[in-house]
Amino acid sequence: AAPLVVQAGGPDDDELVINGEIEITTKAPAPAFLSDVMDEVISGWHFRSDETQALEADDFDNPGMIFVDKAREQWDTVEGTEGKSCASCHGAPEDMAGVKATYPKWNDDAEEVRTLQMQVNDCRTERMGAEAWKYDGGDAINMVALLSAVSRGMPVNVAIDGPVQATWELGKELYYTRTGQLELSCANCHEQNYGNYIRADHLSQGQINGFPTYRLNNAALNGVHSRFKGCVRDTRAETYAPGSPEFIALELYVASRGNGLSVEGPSVRN
Amino acid sequence: MKTTVALASVIGIVASAVLADTTAPDDVSFTEYGEVEASLTGTAGDPAKGAEIMTTRSKGNCVACHAVTALADAPFHGEVGPTLDGVGGYRSEAELRGIVTNAKKMFDGTVMPAFYKTSGFIRPGDAYTGKAAPDDLPPILSAQEVEDVVAFLMTLQDS
Ligand code: HEC
Ligand code: HEC
Ligand code: HEC
Repeated sequence: AAPLVVQAGGPDDDELVINGEIEITTKAPAPAFLSDVMDEVISGWHFRSDETQALEADDFDNPGMIFVDKAREQWDTVEGTEGKSCASCHGAPEDMAGVKATYPKWNDDAEEVRTLQMQVNDCRTERMGAEAWKYDGGDAINMVALLSAVSRGMPVNVAIDGPVQATWELGKELYYTRTGQLELSCANCHEQNYGNYIRADHLSQGQINGFPTYRLNNAALNGVHSRFKGCVRDTRAETYAPGSPEFIALELYVASRGNGLSVEGPSVRN
Repeated sequence: MKTTVALASVIGIVASAVLADTTAPDDVSFTEYGEVEASLTGTAGDPAKGAEIMTTRSKGNCVACHAVTALADAPFHGEVGPTLDGVGGYRSEAELRGIVTNAKKMFDGTVMPAFYKTSGFIRPGDAYTGKAAPDDLPPILSAQEVEDVVAFLMTLQDS
């Protein structure tokens, strides 16, 4: 008979270099605020099979890159009452290198924490006179994938203090709240049990440096909030909606847990 | 409208008749160590049904977290909890009933969910739909299903 349990799989020791040139930091010293709970932060890439990992090492193999190409077309597409495209104001997508690494972040004028999607929608509605994209909908996720792709290899570096601190604290509280009829928190699975198998799945730290993720399970690019929603649902809980204040706060907090890891998206997961 | 009400009350009567000897989730009494001494139903558990519940995702889905050699036919056993091989040999029936009913009474803060509990949740949902729970949220396992699982666990004598 086949062995019952595949023995405790911590993260593997493989290294990720994309297209033979973009070196991805997939393990980094944990940020100071996590020093009581972990020494190292680890990309979800390390918890996937060699086959899945390999798909991310070359853009020709990475199905997520198809969506990046769609977003490149969108980038140059004039839309809305102002007759502008993203390119009209921002030049080439590559000029946005580094931006993804700092989001979610504080916007002074609006006095709010913004995710990348919120910022892009602000440009669309306020500067282009175009319609906002649906949160985590195809257009929005494709654009986030493009903004991520041009930042690959750069360290995630979201601010956690100053004006964002209250939101960060809310995100932290949500991370440790045991929700639903199963009474499980993010930490129960991704902090206490990463490396362990939970049924068919090898638990990672639930990092979001690799988002958007192309999931082989649903053959689509997946946004951070949609992933959160799935995980909360799996605790037999009433979920929050993508784009909700709770998930914005949770995104900020979870992003900060990955400070030091490289921006890796669009990544490939199962 | 009238028929709906009449029908509802008939169903109500049937349900309470079935539940006559059953201890409701909020009325279960635990010892200070988290054991539940009295059967939840007064009807002996069926180990074969218990085995099925333990491998059914919408039910106990115990194998998501525990390896059990006797259930080796069900794939992908988890490692979040300890293996349950031999647990019927070193745990009493009252302990096992307590653990399945609400493991947090014995293991403070454990990640193991409470399977016979209906109150005190944060944002309870309607099973795996992501929607809010109905007012009369049922426990994950019925009282008899808990007894079935306990009966199966008692058969796990060899580790
Ligand atoms: C008419 C000009 C204009 C257009 C068109 C425009 N933007 Fe912007 N965008 C701006 C300005 C100005 C800012 C700086 C806003 C601020 O910091 O408050 C900005 C900020 C951003 C940022 C955040 C940069 C950072 O460093 O934080 C992103 C990302 C962005 N835009 C993406 C887009 C995308 C994608 C589109 C097209 C769908 C687009 N923008 C269209 C003017 C524009
Ligand atoms: C019952 C266990 C469980 C809980 C609770 C849980 N998750 Fe997950 N999560 C998983 C599993 C299983 C996966 C898929 C394997 C993996 O990547 O860890 C996953 C994947 C993820 C991923 C994708 C990681 C990647 O590299 O693609 C993120 C992000 C995530 N979870 C965040 C969260 C957050 C935030 C919470 C709390 C709101 C949470 N999870 C709660 C089980 C859980
Ligand atoms: C989400 C994970 C999870 C699920 C699902 C789960 N358990 Fe557990 N279980 C645990 C953990 C973890 C422990 C160890 C207790 C602790 O936290 O110290 C445990 C402990 C136990 C023990 C005590 C074992 C011993 O060595 O004394 C029994 C018995 C048990 N579980 C049975 C079950 C049964 C039966 C089910 C399903 C009806 C189930 N568990 C579902 C995680 C789980």
